[in-house]
Formats: sequence, C-alpha cells, structure tokens
Amino acid sequence: MPEYSWPPMNKRAVMGKSFDRLDGPQKASGRAKYSSDLNKPGQLFGVFLHSPHAHAKVKSIDISAAKAMEGVTAVRIIAGPGAELQWAGAEVAIVSAVREEIAKDAIRAIKVDYEILPHVVQEQDLSKVGSRAKAAGEQVTGDPDKAFKEAAAVIDGQYGCPVITHCCLEPHGNVVQWTGGTVNLWPSTQAVSSIGGDLAKQLEIPATDVKVQMDHVGGGFGSKFPSDRWGSEGAKLSKESGGRPVKVYLDRSNELTIGGVRPSAFAKIKVGANADGKIIAWQSESWASGGVGGGGMPPIPYVMTKIENFRLNHTAVSLNAGPARAWRAPNHPQASFLTCSALEDLAAKLNMDPWDLFHKNVEMSARPEVYRKQLVKAAELMDWKKKWHPRGAETGNIRRGVGLGMATWGGAGHASKCKVSINADGTIEVEIGSQDIGTGTRTCITQVAAETFGLPMSAVRVKLGDNAFPASGPSGGSTTIGGVSSSTRKAAVNALEKLFERVSPGLGVPADQLEAVDNKIQQKGNPAKGLTWKQACQKLGVDRISEMGENVPAQAAKEGLNTLGAAGIQMAEVEVDVETGIVRMRKMVAVQDCGLVVNPKTAASQVYGACIMSICSGLMEERVMDRVTGHVLNDDMEFYKLAGMGDIGEIVVHMDITPENDKRGIIGLGEPCAIGGLAAIANAAANALGVRVPMVPLTPDRVLAALSSDRRNA
Amino acid sequence: MSSIKDKEKQTKPAVSRRGFLGGASVGGGLLATSLAVQEADAQAAGKLSGLGEVAITLNINGKPTNLAVEPRVTLLDALRHKLDLTGAKRVCDRGTCGACTIMVNGKTVYGCSVLAIDAVGKQIATIESLGGPGKLHPVSAAFVKHDAQQCGYCTPGFVMAAKAFLDKNPNPTREQVQKGLSGNICRCGTYVGMREAVLEASRSMRNA
Repeated sequence: MPEYSWPPMNKRAVMGKSFDRLDGPQKASGRAKYSSDLNKPGQLFGVFLHSPHAHAKVKSIDISAAKAMEGVTAVRIIAGPGAELQWAGAEVAIVSAVREEIAKDAIRAIKVDYEILPHVVQEQDLSKVGSRAKAAGEQVTGDPDKAFKEAAAVIDGQYGCPVITHCCLEPHGNVVQWTGGTVNLWPSTQAVSSIGGDLAKQLEIPATDVKVQMDHVGGGFGSKFPSDRWGSEGAKLSKESGGRPVKVYLDRSNELTIGGVRPSAFAKIKVGANADGKIIAWQSESWASGGVGGGGMPPIPYVMTKIENFRLNHTAVSLNAGPARAWRAPNHPQASFLTCSALEDLAAKLNMDPWDLFHKNVEMSARPEVYRKQLVKAAELMDWKKKWHPRGAETGNIRRGVGLGMATWGGAGHASKCKVSINADGTIEVEIGSQDIGTGTRTCITQVAAETFGLPMSAVRVKLGDNAFPASGPSGGSTTIGGVSSSTRKAAVNALEKLFERVSPGLGVPADQLEAVDNKIQQKGNPAKGLTWKQACQKLGVDRISEMGENVPAQAAKEGLNTLGAAGIQMAEVEVDVETGIVRMRKMVAVQDCGLVVNPKTAASQVYGACIMSICSGLMEERVMDRVTGHVLNDDMEFYKLAGMGDIGEIVVHMDITPENDKRGIIGLGEPCAIGGLAAIANAAANALGVRVPMVPLTPDRVLAALSSDRRNA
Repeated sequence: MSSIKDKEKQTKPAVSRRGFLGGASVGGGLLATSLAVQEADAQAAGKLSGLGEVAITLNINGKPTNLAVEPRVTLLDALRHKLDLTGAKRVCDRGTCGACTIMVNGKTVYGCSVLAIDAVGKQIATIESLGGPGKLHPVSAAFVKHDAQQCGYCTPGFVMAAKAFLDKNPNPTREQVQKGLSGNICRCGTYVGMREAVLEASRSMRNA
C-alpha cells in the first residue's frame, strides 16, 4: 500500500502556501471564455416563453405565427394544453432563431390561452396561507413545560428571513448542439461530470453520447447542479434545426425568478435559562418556503443541539414561486440567524453580555473547546469587550452595536477520480472531471501535484471541465477541495511510484527508498545519490506514466487525507442612524475553523466573500413577491439589492491554521463561512438599537418600525 | 445606477424611431440610412420580424470594424454576438451592475445601455484593448495579485471601471476608490481584494 498521507506541515514546499489563482490572468484580462461567451459557427439563439401567471393551466397554445417567422428555425411547446404551471416564469415554450432579437419577436407571436388559478406567493403571515401549510410532526425531548416554569428568564420572540436568490452573474443556461448521435453541451454548471448523464436521461440517449466541456462558470452558489430545460429543450431545438448549436441563457428577470432561491425561514421561539445563563428549555414553531415544494427545515436549535428540554414544530409552506435550490450551506444561515437572535434576546433579558451566554452554552455543542477558543479570538479581533454595551446604552441618533453568530458544517471530500501523467519531458498532466467555480480548484489541484512530485507549479498542467476526464463530484457542500486534492494526491503518488521503479535499478537504490524533492529524485535524505527530475523522466523515452487515483468518501476518514467538521464564529459591528433607519457596516470578524488549507489566499477569499454575502442578506437582499400578480417585483439588479464596494466596512478574516488542525486533513470551506454573518449583523443591530428588528434584511422601514413599536410599548 | 457614469448617455431618450434614425444617419452613411429607413418603415407597418439588419462601421479598439446589426441591438450585444469580443458581460442588461463596462470616447459607459448604431463614429474601447494574460495591464495584474476575483464574471467590467477611474484619479484615497467603483457589482464578494488592487494599481501606474 503506497503512502498517500500528506507531508507534515513543516516539510511542505507548495501546499499550504499562498499562490495567485492560475486562471486569474485570463479572467482579469477578459480573455477567459465562459460558456455564455461562446459563439459557435452557425449558432442559433434560444429564448423561452415564460408563464405570466403564478398559477394557471394552459387551455390552448398556438405557435403557428412564430413558426412562420423568417429566421425562426424551431418552436417547441413545453407546456401544452392541460399543463399546470405553478409559478410565474415557468417555461411554456421555446424558440430558436438565427438572431436573439428574432427569437424574442417569435416568443411574442405565440398565443397562449390560460385558465388562471388561485395563487399564494407570500408566507410571512402563516395565518394567511390556508391549505398551503403542511405541518411536520412535533418533536419533544425532556419536559419543556416544566423547564420553562423553573427557568429564571424566558424570552418569547419572532424572527424571520425572507427568500433570497442566488443571482449568479452568469445566468443559467448553456450552448448545446445535437448532431447525429452526439450531444455537445457547454454548460454553466457546478457538476461537469454528472450534468451529461442528467441530460442524457432527459433526452433518452446513452450517457456516453453527451460530451460536456466548460472552462469557467460565472457563479453558482448551489444553483447550478442539474441539467435543466435550457439543456434538454436547447438540445431538441438544435436537433430540429439540423444540428446547429443553440445558445440558451435566461435574462436577468428570469434568472431572478426561476434561477433558484434560498428558502425563507420564520420562527416563534421561546427560550428559558437559569439565572447564570444556562439554557434549559427551547420551544420553536418555525415555517419556511422555497416554492411549490415547501421549504427547507432549518436545523434549530442550531449548534447548541444538546439542550435538555425542547419542543419543535415546523410547517412547510407551498408557494407559487420559483423553486428552491441549494444555496451556500442549505438551511444553515437561517438556522444560525433564528437561534442566535433568540439567544441574544435571552442574554439581554438576563442583563448578560451575549458573549458570556454563548461561551457558557457552547457546552451543549458538539465541539465546545473549538467554539470557546474561537469566541476568545473573535472577541480579541473585534475588541468586543470594549465595544459591547447593554441594550439601551446608546442614545444618540447614530448608534453602534456588536453581535455574533455561529456556524457548523461538514465539508468532507466527495467521490473523485483523477488521472495523473508524467511525461518524458518532465511535465505533469492532471486530468480530472471537476470544475473551478471560482474557489481556486485549478490552483489547488496544481499545488497538490507539484507538492507530491517536488516540482514547481509551472511543471504541472491541470485539465478539468470535461466529462471525458475521470469523474469527479459536483462542487457542492464544500466537498470539492477534499475530494479533488485526495484523488490527485493518490494518482500522483501512484505515478511517482512507477517512476521510482523505472529509475531504481540505475541508481542502485530500492524504489521504496526514493523520494521526490526539489526537482530531484534521490535516496531519502541523501541528495548526493539521485537524478534531476528531468534526467529521471528522460528514462521514459517515448513512454509516459499515467496512473489513477480515487477518493472514496467512506474510506477517506481512515486514510486521513480529508475529513469533516468546520466550526465558525463571526462578529459584526454596525452603526444605525435612528432618524433614517439606515444600518451601515463598520466591521466584520470571521474566525474560521479549518483543516489542512491548500491555498490560504484563495481560502481566505472564500471567507471574505461569504462575509460580504452575509452583509447583502443582512442589510438589503430580499425577493419581493407581489401578492396580486404573483410576480417577483424586484426581478432586476436595481431593486434586487446587493452590496457594493462602499457597503462592506472593514472585514477581518482569521483562519485557524494550526499544526493540530493541519493534521485533520483537508476540510471544505465554502459553506461554513457563509453561515454566521447574518445572525451577527442582526444581533449587532439589536445591540445598537436596544430593540430587536425581528426580520432581516435590516431595511430602513423595518428599523424604524421596530423603534416606533418599542416606543409605543414603553 | 451610478451617478458617476456617462451623463451624456443618461440624458438620451430611450429607443425611438427618431432616435435610431438619427444615430444611423449621422455615422452610418447613406446606405445604412436607407436600410434603416426601410427597417423603420417595416416596423411602423407592424412587421416586427424579418432580417432587418443595417450595415454599420464601429471604431473598436482603434480599428474600424464593419458589421450588420438591427437598430435595436445594444452595443454590448453587438460586441458579444457579432464580433466575439466577450470580455464585457451581459448580466443585468439594464445599466445597474457594470459587468458590461466599456469606454466610449474616453468615458465609461454600460454597453447594455447604448445602441450599437449610436456608437457609430465614436471611439470604443473594450477590455480586449488592454493587455492579455501574458502582458497584463497594471489594473488586471493587481486584481490577480490581490485575488480580487472568484467566479470572475464581474471582473472585466470592474477592471475597465477601475482603469477609467485611475486615469482620472491617479492618486485616490480608499474612500474615493469605493465611490468611484460604486457603479459595479460583484456577487462572490471580492471587494476587499479589489480595494487593495485598485490602490496598488494606482501606485504602480504612477511609478511606471
């Protein structure tokens, strides 16, 4: 059995060091070609007709005028007579034409008669959703009623975060060509190795007939796994148009309407504690919606899962709105927000610093020691003890406050296969059916291979984004870095062993006594007895060595290459103008648990980015539905608000890169850092204002309403 | 929508028959004008379909370039679909996000908010006029160094906006950088690296 384990932290030359992302120059010069940038010879444009109604049945559809238009090559009905459409924006028909403008004209020429059905698109008020509510069974542990009676302090709060969208800058879509037997798909996807099989199923053809290629993807965040209608319908349009390639991408309005959402989460929460702040009872009635299928159930109480007495009720609400897709750490940001908001309110009731309350109660988490250390570190970086004040201490027009939020995630590596080749010229080629969704996957794979061979980064060429390469998992759930690093490591070690066997006789050193370091193959610890890497590879003649490596999740923990479990603490400091209700970020601190970090630079970028996404969802981001028409009201980027460069304040990222953590192996980081920020911001505003703003984002109207309600109650 | 972008474009009326006829006749010459008239008349008669393209010449990255576009086609779509200049991205398609930022007559504009026919006779510069991966413009190089990009889809627009900003403000403060680039949006959240990148680019461009 070859030795695959990672070299120790202090012996590594490439892994664990910061490198610029390798595709950075392509992207920063505008030369990187995303699938949406492709202009294939003879390419047609595909445009959907979307349902104008939130709930309707198609009575009849007439595509004859569209078909007859000059420049139109094919028209396909997706929702024929009798089909029920469950949300505004649902695909009804699709047209391909020689120019996008013509395809759009043709869409307008399609006549559809709809039977309009009643719709429900808002879930904030559970009493108004009627039969759309579907309760999950009640869960009870211990004796919550008794515990509440015995509690020294009990709070009763209501909290909510609305549906938000992924708003990928590259919209969902693809270029697709179906010629004869083969379908060529150039998607915008997080799943290069599996999307072809998905499409093959939709088209009822063998999976091997779909060729997938993608160099870059302009954002996914969890919304770009499956092969969607733009794939299957685009392929059919191509076939009906004599095999010409068809480009189908959603426009921004439809991207924000049907491109995927994160479910909302609302909850009435009651928490009871002893006088010293120990939580003894929890009761929650939560509800959520992510579209027709209901919504994700936030795992509450979050992190502090060992509360002794609790009662949980959850209701899924079915809405006539675009369906949910995985959104960075599915259900966790919501759960963190609901739980940490209630705990901050509890601390206020007890006249405690919430830091002390969290510090005490992480005893009820799976990893108390980690959280305690992180709380100490985060407080130091935020200067928490100096900045925190009891509620109501700020009385001016501009009020500052601090808050914190917690996170937990898995992040073990996904199933991944990889082929590594050593060429006679000394270069290394890595082939892997993975994708770089902006996380630095290309760069990290290169680092793993370079480290294993004792070579510089420039000797390694990584080829990914093609389903002809060995299959590797989708980029979701923070599983990519563990998966691809492990399979690359194993393939590289396997290839290196073959090279050792080739050079061993000439060197007179047994193969298992050789090592590859500093551009050399040598007897372990003896630079005098060896060959340069080039000399060693020249012995291959016209041959090359190609070996496979595989990460099997069930075995990964035993091997130690990758594992799971990433805790996190985030803190926020905000400033609120109580006259305008405007909340501004002053500072965010993210203390991020990790394992072996392959590239600290791109890893930190993930955390910075997650903080900024939390600022978006904390202060401005929200899908607004129109009760009457059932449409998304803010289906553009002017009113679907995202933070700009001036909205973020100062951000401090601390990665827990330590020798002990390094020994855990690789752990994914995309999700865990995208969880605690929302709670931190909401709690910081409560601390600043002295009153809870029950719902995020903290828009001026909500802030002013909370202040005014507080004055009325006082 | 940023208030610091090209004012000229904002004061122009939305697409109208008169608007695009005027634009085409000024720059497109007689042939283009007559084709445009035909197309406009066809549209006025209710015939919205058909191959209604007009021939125009655009001066792009210092080179006159001939192409045929329908009068309603934006400069962004003309660059991307007709000329394979795909650095500028189509994201919001209505002048909010800045992913399509290009330069027209030395000013930044949103390519999605200008008609191609209105750009006739003007100097158009896209990110392709800056150095490629082997010879990066200082702004692009600073973006790489400070990891001011993840998915990278907003990056070309930001690089163009930053270059134009630094051309006018060679020695900006951090606050000026934030204000100057407020007309662009990144979804992955790369602003921390971007702030540093733009400040570093300003230093390297001044020292060049």
